[in-house]
Amino acid sequence: MALEKHDPVTGQTTTGHEWNGIEELDTPIPRVALFFLVTTALFALGYWILMPAWPLGVTYTRGLLGFDQREVVTRQVETAAAERAGWADRVMALDYAGVQADPELMRIVGETGHALFGDNCAVCHGTDGRGSRGFPDLTAGAWLWGGEPETIHETIRVGINSGHDETRMSQMMAFGRDGVLEREQVRAVAAYVRSLSQPEALAGDARIEEGRQIFAENCASCHGEDATGMVETGAPNLTDDVWIYGGDAQSVYASIHGGRQGHMPHWEGRLKPLDLKILALYVHGLGGGR
Amino acid sequence: MVAGLTLSERRLALVILTLLGLTGLAMAAGGRGDLMGVHGFIVLLFSLGVAWAVMAGFYAPEPGEERLSRYYDDPTRFGIVLTMAWAVFGMFFGVWVAALLAWPELTFVDQAWASFGRLRPVHTTGIIFGFGGNALIATSLHVLQRTTRARLPDQLSPWFVIIGYNLFCVLAVSGYFMGITQSKEYAEPEWYADIWLVVVWVVYFLIYIRTLQRRQEPHIYVANWYYMAFILVVAVLHIVNNLALPISFAAARSYPLYSGVQDAMVQWWYGHNAVAFFLTAGFLGMMYYYMPKRAERPIFSYRLSIISFWGITFFYMWAGSHHLHYTALPQWVQTLGMTFSIMLLVPSWSSAGNALATLNGAWHKVRDDATLRFMMVAAVFYGISTFEGSFMAIRAVNSLSHYTDWTVGHVHAGALGWVAMITFGSIYALVPWMWKQKTMYSPRLVEAHFWLALTGTVIYVFAMWNSGIIQGLMWRTYTDSGTLAYSFIDSLVAMHPYYIARTVGGLFFLAGAVVGAYNVAMTIRLSRQEGVRRDSAADVPVPHEPAVAAQPGE
Repeated sequence: MALEKHDPVTGQTTTGHEWNGIEELDTPIPRVALFFLVTTALFALGYWILMPAWPLGVTYTRGLLGFDQREVVTRQVETAAAERAGWADRVMALDYAGVQADPELMRIVGETGHALFGDNCAVCHGTDGRGSRGFPDLTAGAWLWGGEPETIHETIRVGINSGHDETRMSQMMAFGRDGVLEREQVRAVAAYVRSLSQPEALAGDARIEEGRQIFAENCASCHGEDATGMVETGAPNLTDDVWIYGGDAQSVYASIHGGRQGHMPHWEGRLKPLDLKILALYVHGLGGGR
Repeated sequence: MVAGLTLSERRLALVILTLLGLTGLAMAAGGRGDLMGVHGFIVLLFSLGVAWAVMAGFYAPEPGEERLSRYYDDPTRFGIVLTMAWAVFGMFFGVWVAALLAWPELTFVDQAWASFGRLRPVHTTGIIFGFGGNALIATSLHVLQRTTRARLPDQLSPWFVIIGYNLFCVLAVSGYFMGITQSKEYAEPEWYADIWLVVVWVVYFLIYIRTLQRRQEPHIYVANWYYMAFILVVAVLHIVNNLALPISFAAARSYPLYSGVQDAMVQWWYGHNAVAFFLTAGFLGMMYYYMPKRAERPIFSYRLSIISFWGITFFYMWAGSHHLHYTALPQWVQTLGMTFSIMLLVPSWSSAGNALATLNGAWHKVRDDATLRFMMVAAVFYGISTFEGSFMAIRAVNSLSHYTDWTVGHVHAGALGWVAMITFGSIYALVPWMWKQKTMYSPRLVEAHFWLALTGTVIYVFAMWNSGIIQGLMWRTYTDSGTLAYSFIDSLVAMHPYYIARTVGGLFFLAGAVVGAYNVAMTIRLSRQEGVRRDSAADVPVPHEPAVAAQPGE
């Protein structure tokens, strides 16, 4: 069966084997293939000599260059920290007003804060800090716990209703669901609350007066008699038109009926003190800071 | 199909199905209250369904001795149909998960099964094991008989392999939807599915050995070297990587025997060699048969085949650790992974070059014949993605490419450009032979499929190259104050247009697969209308002079 044939296209002969019509040419291995086979093998050999490569029982060949990826990383981390130390130490040493007075430091805070905020805060508050339903808008100037860099820092450090020992705690009761207020009373107080920020929309609503009474008896202890909120209890200002859970009739009713309790994780222990300080300044600078 | 089995084989089939059904029943009873119970019912229903098919044909007349004078191709035909079905299924889920990355709200239903984490392994398993695996089994059984001039050893075992293998795929995919996974990439199915695959695989290996033993050719053809390497090594990889301790025999949950960095190393030794021996060696076997057949040209160089086969099988084994550069894996292991990946380039390119040089003297056919063009483009993409793979295995390059979409682009250059293209080319060559037609139902639709597939691949791969490199650069960009310039979300925002482009590319590729499935279905329908023709002389398993070839090309 084995019969070498001449292939006119390539000028080669076949190996003489044939499988269901398939034949093979006996073409020699192209020199370029052999060349690169040897080249890549030599490269590998050289790399093995220079770098950590082959296991030897409990150890391995270390390589002539003495390269060790752990050492390299440690050194790079140290170098990077040293490079940052110039401005980082100054940020830590100065108080907030001091940092804010230094435009160069504030430029760095802006750059660094952007990535820190994006990696840690943006999931809830949005990359632009504008939040979404249930997550406060940090650019609106409406602060539950205070809008100065110091109070923002404290909020980030301990969180809100978080697992931190010193966490900020705040809860709005479920006035409707827990039977404190009747359904009509909830409607009335909702109308009153909405009239504070949207007077035109609710002009002439007969329930407002009743709502004012109910508010004074039930809500003022946290939100204040003038409903401008209380930073000590984290109670929001109800007279501006900034809403965490929505300012339409249905949303306000739902908040009063079912209560609210937001959560923000605490970042102490997860972020370095420097990062907390940068974030406080960055969030303060988003537009709403006081 | 049952008509091709002898009476004793039909009885044995029912015995096996009874045992399988009882196993399913035991799983359903023992695993009630656990997700394994659901899998028990699936196994039970699967066995009942197949048993029903066997019973329906049980009293069909037995095939006579003349069956031995023909190759046994029923399992191949069945496998081709399954291949096309899995292609459409797997690519549909691919497009869905691609769309989810661009528009995360596209889960449609707020259910766990529709979340990205569950749909993604449905896509990868549907393509690799469903589409790729069925294509490999179907073509290997065809090529094996033609290149040994020996018939498969019996009728039952190939059916056991192809149906059993698909039971594994069904268990895998249905498990992901329910949340069953052992969290190893490309090895997600739990322990009982893994054990079942071992049983199936051993039978598959035995079919190969038993047929090769009875071969009527003095030499074993290259395609069979590759198919054998695929079967043997995948068995080793699968067993070693899936060694795990179930928490109970009645629970779909187990823990691997390895932990920490050893587990990671075993996983990527498996993962990379799954690429090597499942997605490369097996499909090279396919290419080595269907390309010279279709081109009607001899293989360019037998010697080059030897270099590439042994180079690929030897070097690939070491390369897995390049998936773990700059991790807790000791650096010397990374060095070995990187250097062997670089040495691997020459054998890989030898295969690609051998394939393309085989087309010398047949380039006019490549121009005119979309089927051959599928195979040519596959060889080109094989060359591109193996070069890219060796390049990305270099530590310094990997520090940029790792964890980015570049990896995804690389994988899809291989999966779409190489694996799927060579499969579609082979299927378009094989279907007319198997269903005794001169051509496919519509050669123009083959042409349409080719351009859809090529367009889709190019859009996909370019989108991911751009996306991956931008992503990698953004992650390593520092401000002059020494802190990271971009947050992760910034890089995601930058990826969005590429994710849309990737979805469009995937959609093109899926559309091509749908066209292909339709074309295959219509070809089969045509053959039914015209009735079965006589087998061609090239189909006869006994040795004889290859003077007559009634079926051109086969």
